[in-house]
Amino acid sequence: MLYFLFKRITLLIPTFIGITIVAFSFVRILPGDPVLLMAGERGISDERYARLLAEFGYDRPIWEQYLEYLNDLVHGDFGISLVTKQPVLDEFFSLFPATVELSICALILATVIGIPAGIVAATKRGSFLDQTIMGTALVGYSMPIFWWGLLLIIVFSGILGWTPVSGRISLLYYFPNTTGFMLIDSLLSGQKGAFQSALSHLILPSIVLATIPLAVIARQTRSAMLEVLGEDYVRTARAKGLSDARVVGLHALRNAMIPVITVIGLSVGTLLAGAILTETIFSWPGIGKWMIESIQRRDYPVVQSGLLLIAAIVMIVNLLVDLTYGLINPRIRHQ
Amino acid sequence: MRKTPFMLGCLAAVLLATTAHAKTLVYCSEGSPEGFDPALYTAGTTFNASSRPVYNRLAEFERGTTKIIPGIAESWTASADGLEYTFNLRPGVKFHTTDFFTPTRDLNADDVIFSFARQLDKNHPWHSYTEGTAWEYFDGMDMGNLIKEIVKVDDMTVKFVLNKPESPTVANLAMDFASIMSKEYADQLEAAGKQADLNQKPVGTGPFQFVAYQKDAVIRYKANAEYWGGKQPIDDLVFAITTDRSVAMQKLKAGECQVAPYPNPADLPDLKADSNLTVMEQEGLNVGYLAYNTTVAPFDNVNVRKALNMAINKQAILDTVFQGAGVAAKNPIPPTMWSYNDAIQDDPYDPVAAKKMLEEAGVSGLKMKIWAMPVARPYNPNARRMAEVIQADFAAVGVEAEITTYEWGEYLKLSREVGRDGAVLLGWTGDNGDPDNFLSVLLSCSAVGGNNRAQWCNKDFDALLEKAKQSSDQAERTKLYEDAQVIFKREAPWATIAHSVVFMPMSNKVVGYKMDPLGSHRFDGVDLAE
Repeated sequence: MLYFLFKRITLLIPTFIGITIVAFSFVRILPGDPVLLMAGERGISDERYARLLAEFGYDRPIWEQYLEYLNDLVHGDFGISLVTKQPVLDEFFSLFPATVELSICALILATVIGIPAGIVAATKRGSFLDQTIMGTALVGYSMPIFWWGLLLIIVFSGILGWTPVSGRISLLYYFPNTTGFMLIDSLLSGQKGAFQSALSHLILPSIVLATIPLAVIARQTRSAMLEVLGEDYVRTARAKGLSDARVVGLHALRNAMIPVITVIGLSVGTLLAGAILTETIFSWPGIGKWMIESIQRRDYPVVQSGLLLIAAIVMIVNLLVDLTYGLINPRIRHQ
Repeated sequence: MRKTPFMLGCLAAVLLATTAHAKTLVYCSEGSPEGFDPALYTAGTTFNASSRPVYNRLAEFERGTTKIIPGIAESWTASADGLEYTFNLRPGVKFHTTDFFTPTRDLNADDVIFSFARQLDKNHPWHSYTEGTAWEYFDGMDMGNLIKEIVKVDDMTVKFVLNKPESPTVANLAMDFASIMSKEYADQLEAAGKQADLNQKPVGTGPFQFVAYQKDAVIRYKANAEYWGGKQPIDDLVFAITTDRSVAMQKLKAGECQVAPYPNPADLPDLKADSNLTVMEQEGLNVGYLAYNTTVAPFDNVNVRKALNMAINKQAILDTVFQGAGVAAKNPIPPTMWSYNDAIQDDPYDPVAAKKMLEEAGVSGLKMKIWAMPVARPYNPNARRMAEVIQADFAAVGVEAEITTYEWGEYLKLSREVGRDGAVLLGWTGDNGDPDNFLSVLLSCSAVGGNNRAQWCNKDFDALLEKAKQSSDQAERTKLYEDAQVIFKREAPWATIAHSVVFMPMSNKVVGYKMDPLGSHRFDGVDLAE
């Protein structure tokens, strides 16, 4: 197990360096530069343009800039935003809990609904129920998130008035940002109704963000279950006279879960990508919205370090998934 | 230790109780401020969150107008040669007392000098107080070359000495970048090595004081109880940052906010039909135009430019691009601005006459480029679409136009080039309500190769602008600018397309809101009906 862990972590290092190169060059390949965008229609004199480029260090050869960036990273310096003049790391950690909270809720929703839906579809293969579930999953998977989010807002917040339109909590509540997780902070605040308000604000964005992973998990569970249900040991279990619930829930499900867990792990990346749109629609102050705005403004330090941090998190989550995979299926460890 | 949650609970309960009775106005702002030091930025979103609620300036724009009224300075005088402006500061002006700063003195000349010296003097300790500090407006308006020195006459008197006469000086000093900061607060931050906080935790003298900011989510202010202009009718002001405008309108309808700017044109009929809402509207202080390159043939021929102007169907542009949220422009300055020459007749839309004029000018089979901006701006919500309409109009008079575009930064840079190929779609939003801010910036000879996208230099036009700059008599300046607009129309360096109409939907409970012709969103003097 230790060797397995060591091997996985060693693999992370070249991946990480690769990401620094991609993140660094990505924002520079985009046409336009931050100084020109900052000046806008008002324009900027050549002299002032040159002075600002020099001040930011963007007048130096690109490899020199990259090496300095790497050097800063090694020393824990992720740079300072060109726009807000705040350290990128501070901004990231002030926004990241919002994204994590939303992603966890969405993932829980996707798993809690997706897996049972997949199991039902597999056990009732070919039935009307199976086709309905899979048809709905396909629709969910193909849904444009922006349109879906707006539709939910108009129906549930606008017409029915059941949920708040956007934000993380009603603005009537004001308490210190202790953990950054609104559900926890609202509980800690002790203010009556704060937790309910935070929870109600999570409903629509979680549904929107969960839609695609839910569809993927449901489909994956169904196909994994179908494969497992055809195995000899399942037939043996049935032959032993075990109830359907025991065969499916105990024997088949545990084995079918292996690919499903991989899919759940991989959907962390999907969630972070989906969070960009979901956060924009629901005015959710997370890293997705922050990255989009920074790309538009060509805020080089934020884009390159933000991408790196997000990639690092996805990598770590995938590593954890791999480890869990190893725990569930011992054969993986020994390969 | 165990007492802490209890204490927090009590505090929260008190806060909640206070909040429940306080008058809180929630404004669904369109984006996050870049920071809270207005001198570092140029975006209206930043100014709405920083300079307008938190700070004051020597002179202010009267709410709802572009008229200059006393601010921190209760009066001022200009020397006869227009080179010296002396400001008498208002006594008893208090800086905000917050949980991070307690002022020990009232505002004085040191604060005013500090606020400008940090932008003017390259050796000032606050000149580069954060990495890549750029004094966008101050430098962009060339204030560094305009101001010779700022002199403290006494504790309550400050004198600005200029290198050349500049009549819009007082208007310039009413702009956001000229907000007055507390020197005492800055000194305190410097001593603690926390200079960057000046841009994060603002302390001013304005109608509202900063309470807290949660990035991309919410900004909280409370009314300044010691405001020199009197306490505000509302107690708390909250900016709920809501980037998507359709979502912001849903929040407004659901009562989650009381004011929400920038509705999508498609949402307007629904908003106007809502009996709980009022939709205010005003022509924006902007202009959208198509600038020919007047140095390149055949656009150096005024008749060709006139003919092309006559080929453009502005009404079609207003209908398709502005979807009703715009008015046709005939002058380079908007109708809400003083000295707007309403007597000028716009070029008629007459493709037949236009075609004939082109033939008379010896132009046939003309091929040209139309540059379409890649971004939406208030003065041009969809440049690509606008370019397509103009392309079709030009085709009707035998001119083949090709639409071209670049990334925004590149677009702005390349369109400045004197030898540029093609006519450029662009526009301008006014800064200080002074016609000079449009005419000189966009059309003077000195702006050729810069913001003068038509590369148009007309000596008569320029002489009028120069004369107006040196006069402090508004009646005389009005006449000069009106004459300048006549020359502009005759010479047609641009096709003036449209001025946008700005809509401001708000709850019927909002009382006393005035739309600002300069485009800022101000909540001083605004109340909420119970």
